Amino acid sequence: MTVHEDEIARLAELARIRIADDQVPAVTRRIGDILGMVEQLQAVDTDGIEPMTNPLDAVQCLRPDRVTEGNQRDALQAVAPAVENGLYLVPKVIE
Amino acid sequence: MSWEAVIGLEVHLQLATDSKIFSGAATTFGAEPNTQACAVDLAMPGMLPVLNELAVRYAVMFGLGIGAEIGTRSVFDRKNYFYPDLPKGYQISQFHHPIVGRGRFEITLEDGSTREIGITRAHLEEDAGKSLHEDFHGQSGIDLNRAGTPLLEIVTEPDLRSAEEAVAYLKALHSLVTYLGISDGNMAEGSMRCDINISLRPTGSDQLGTRAEIKNVNSFRFVERAIRHEIERQSDILEDGGKVVQETRLYDAERDETRSMRSKEVANDYRYFPEPDLLPVVLDDAWVEEIRAGLPELPVEKRQRFEQQYSLGAYDAGVLSASRPLADYFETVAGGCGDAKLAANWVQVELLGQLNRNDLGLADSPVSAEALAGLLQRIQDNSISGKIAKQVFEAMWQGEGSADEVIEARGLKQVSDSGELEAMVARVVADSPDQVAQYRAADEGKRKKLVGYFVGQVMKLSRGQANPKMVNDLLAQALDETD
Repeated sequence: MTVHEDEIARLAELARIRIADDQVPAVTRRIGDILGMVEQLQAVDTDGIEPMTNPLDAVQCLRPDRVTEGNQRDALQAVAPAVENGLYLVPKVIE
Repeated sequence: MSWEAVIGLEVHLQLATDSKIFSGAATTFGAEPNTQACAVDLAMPGMLPVLNELAVRYAVMFGLGIGAEIGTRSVFDRKNYFYPDLPKGYQISQFHHPIVGRGRFEITLEDGSTREIGITRAHLEEDAGKSLHEDFHGQSGIDLNRAGTPLLEIVTEPDLRSAEEAVAYLKALHSLVTYLGISDGNMAEGSMRCDINISLRPTGSDQLGTRAEIKNVNSFRFVERAIRHEIERQSDILEDGGKVVQETRLYDAERDETRSMRSKEVANDYRYFPEPDLLPVVLDDAWVEEIRAGLPELPVEKRQRFEQQYSLGAYDAGVLSASRPLADYFETVAGGCGDAKLAANWVQVELLGQLNRNDLGLADSPVSAEALAGLLQRIQDNSISGKIAKQVFEAMWQGEGSADEVIEARGLKQVSDSGELEAMVARVVADSPDQVAQYRAADEGKRKKLVGYFVGQVMKLSRGQANPKMVNDLLAQALDETD
């Protein structure tokens, strides 16, 4: 399985990771190596084996529907870079 | 060319839990910004989600309510995208193994016909926060109170064919989830939000056209208008030989149009993968059966029972079973007065009419079901006529007391005393020699019409309180006797 440089650039954009243009070939090669290993693993016969969704052999515990967290706004906003009228302020996301 | 619309809906239903799906913060609507957003909702480092039992129970109740397969082993996944109102950078959702699988759903259209709509799946997920883009000096304000609110996303097959069907489906869904009590169904507060997938194809074709998705429509009326608009827009494009572009559009209610959201090619690549912070959810068969046993009577069952038990028509049964409180109100009135048809009529015409005119919900009705039953009893025992009963109802609505109190206070009791009525009849007959002559000269068929005049006069004399049946009998006697 081969991976192309333009796919790496696209994935980087989706993940909001900045990869400098001159680094793209190296990253592409390294990810290609990882996929090569995955390819090897895929050669294993897994017929009849249930796909594992979590390595822990356990099931999810459920919690009762109770409000246990009160208003902690002041404490949480004390560490925020910018707040106003109780809102967290962030760079504008739409034009 | 004539076009057929192919429509599928995704409804995001807010579940009526007190706390969030993965944290112990409250979900109350309308709280001050960020006062219900705890460290888990803010995605502080090291925070871990713990699943709310009631959200799971509600999802299972929905699945059982539509006869769907329940995923006894369901898995949460991360849906990755970046937006400031989603602090983790991913939404915890379910992709490959939803909690509710295929089911079917019956809808009733305006003309009374029914259709089955396929449900593809329903899965649990968390809501995002809210972004406010105005008045923050070029910045956006973020309120994370809604972040982590439990949602059930209900996805239909592309089985709907028109705006009417889509609205009928949403109404039926609204009715079901409020019956189940798993959501307050308050659309104005965003408890039911709808994404519409819509494409057109030549009528008779079995190919699917290219679809557009209209995001986040939050009322029945807007769904109807957005679909109508979109059908028109797409058919204009196709008629001109153009191609519909697959994209996400927004419905603008003020301008009644849909418009394209700037679509990036890469926008819809969410790179789902299993959520490592949550283990698979495994449901015990006994637990599911316990939930099944506790399900209330559902709208379709209730409607059928109303038709059979009370001999109501399909339309009346549908109206009266649309919401659980209304159905309960009707049954209390029917039980209290012993005449289901009379009760059905009064609840639909007088009660719902008054509520609509005053823009009130059933819970705000100044006349209780018991009080209305009390009024209808007085019609049945001939204390008052149906016409007078409307006056009494009006007075009860204004808070003048029970039916008996109003009838007493206003002296509205029907005159059923035969002596008193005979005297009135005699007086009317004596005062109307011309009409009497006309009546007597007429044949049988015409007499039936002419007698109306006399009935009217007696009623006028009695200020509407004469027992109409007795008046008719007495008049027939008086007029025919002296023939």
